[in-house]
Amino acid sequence: MSGFWIMVTGALVASCCGILGCFLILRRMALVGDAISHSVLPGIVIAFLVSGSRDSVFMLFGAAIIGFVTVFLIQLFQNSGVQGDASIGVVFTSLFAAGVLLISLNASQVDLDLDCVLYGEIAYVHWNQLMINGVEVGPKAVWLLGITLFLIVAVIGLFYKQFKLCAFDPALAAAIGIPVALFHYVLMGLVSMATVSSFESVGAILVVGLLIVPPATAYLLTDRLGTMIGLSLVIGVISSIAGYYTAAVLDASIAGCMVCVAGVLFLLAFLFSPSHGLVVRKLRQRASTAREAY
Amino acid sequence: MSGMLNLFTDPNLQWILIGSMLLGLSTGVIGTFAYLRKQSLIGDTLAHAALPGICIAFMLTGVKSVGYFMIGAIVAGMIATVGISWITRHSRIKQDAAMGIVLSVFFGLGIVLLTQIQHSSYGNQSGLDKFLFGQAASMTASDVYTMTGVAVLLIVACALLFKEFKLISFDSGYARGLGFSVTALEQLLLWLVTVAVVVGIQAVGVVLVAALLITPAVSARYWTDRLGVMTVLSGLFGALSGAIGTWISAGTDQLPTGPLSVLTASALFVASVLFGPRRGIVAKIVRRYSAKKEWAAENGAESLPESKTGSSVKDREVSA
Repeated sequence: MSGFWIMVTGALVASCCGILGCFLILRRMALVGDAISHSVLPGIVIAFLVSGSRDSVFMLFGAAIIGFVTVFLIQLFQNSGVQGDASIGVVFTSLFAAGVLLISLNASQVDLDLDCVLYGEIAYVHWNQLMINGVEVGPKAVWLLGITLFLIVAVIGLFYKQFKLCAFDPALAAAIGIPVALFHYVLMGLVSMATVSSFESVGAILVVGLLIVPPATAYLLTDRLGTMIGLSLVIGVISSIAGYYTAAVLDASIAGCMVCVAGVLFLLAFLFSPSHGLVVRKLRQRASTAREAY
Repeated sequence: MSGMLNLFTDPNLQWILIGSMLLGLSTGVIGTFAYLRKQSLIGDTLAHAALPGICIAFMLTGVKSVGYFMIGAIVAGMIATVGISWITRHSRIKQDAAMGIVLSVFFGLGIVLLTQIQHSSYGNQSGLDKFLFGQAASMTASDVYTMTGVAVLLIVACALLFKEFKLISFDSGYARGLGFSVTALEQLLLWLVTVAVVVGIQAVGVVLVAALLITPAVSARYWTDRLGVMTVLSGLFGALSGAIGTWISAGTDQLPTGPLSVLTASALFVASVLFGPRRGIVAKIVRRYSAKKEWAAENGAESLPESKTGSSVKDREVSA
């Protein structure tokens, strides 16, 4: 049963990240997820210090707030003229440094394990069951991720056209009256939500991996946004299921294996994609030079 | 407070001070080029990508030696840079996504290897994490020698290849036209960054080493438009944040040096954003205000509201 829940959690994280990652890659903001997953540290520590408990509700709340602060600060610096990638880097490292300082200032009270916060363990997902009226209704993480996924699908589904236009041509979107900045913040808010609700159960690295690698793989396979999102979902779910079984065979970290499987899938698409693959393009080039030689 | 004064007498603290300053100097200098080439997050990527290298180095040698770890990390970092250039050159995936892919896949692989080490009979692996999270306070004379060597290497390389790096930072197409091997130069620059990052990991840890590369360079960008001045300034900012971080850390019991240096660099960055001579926010406000006054003086007071709407439309465009 634990295997089932682990795969469900992995698939849910993959779905949340797969949908949002497509937009991030198109907007060239792929590393925002990485930034958010690192900068939530001070939020978690502050929530812990204020509430005094290690209840995940408080931590989630703290992390979510800092996630929004991160997004806001990145945008603020970008608007004042800092290069996009540099603005991401400056903000998340500063917040992370503040988090580390907060931990060392309160070292006697905080027994938070840094590795544990950042590299959560998906294998323990089924230990943390949600109880309703004394009946176990499934792991907390699955419910949380399910709600997040529902929200993401609802928002993206409702405003699909607007998000699509903002991703490809923000200037045109602004010209025809779409509030580009608002949609940007909504997208970043969703990314922040997905990151925060995933990282506790699966760790920052799996979030970053699933946010970037499956959408990038899908990007190499198609030219249509709808297809890209669908493919990215399929690739994400395949990675999480195949990753689980690989981890079982190798007796290794499940999250790590899921990312590795996604990496292998990316490599396959990179080499053999029918439209953009390296090998296929080389073959086509050779064929066309051969044709010219005749 | 006595610790802060001790800084100038305590030999142990002096080593840390020199080490942090040299580290800040060299990462600041090399970070300038990474920033201009829009590769600010390369530091983060390479720091994470070092993990599998460290694990493999440990598996092969079976000893917890910083020297072997550094070699492993540098080799892994170099493979990662090749991977990033390969993905961006041979597919339509952009640089940021390529960095993200390399970062997460390498780190995932590293975690898999780490669990393999834990589950097998390699014995105690606790030193591995310590290498990753960094311990500036335990810096010793030999670490400082390594850092001096690296700093000299990086600065000499940047000085010798300044013209070439300048060209590929601003106009790589032109560089290619002049007959420079742009690919080789780009790769060389990335390898220099790798060396700087791996040395930095030891002092401040995986996450914060990214800041040493970016923050001084972005701050320096606010003060000048000349690359030479910017490189020197960025190195100075890096060294200054290292020094101040060490100084504050020496004055207190439990505050680690790495995060303090990073926060000092961030403070310098905020100051630069606010008070930079031409691009700074204050300078911009002053300029806008004086332009508005000039406009009002030229056209009479009645056209003022018009200029106001004009500027707010422009603001909206910028924020969009």
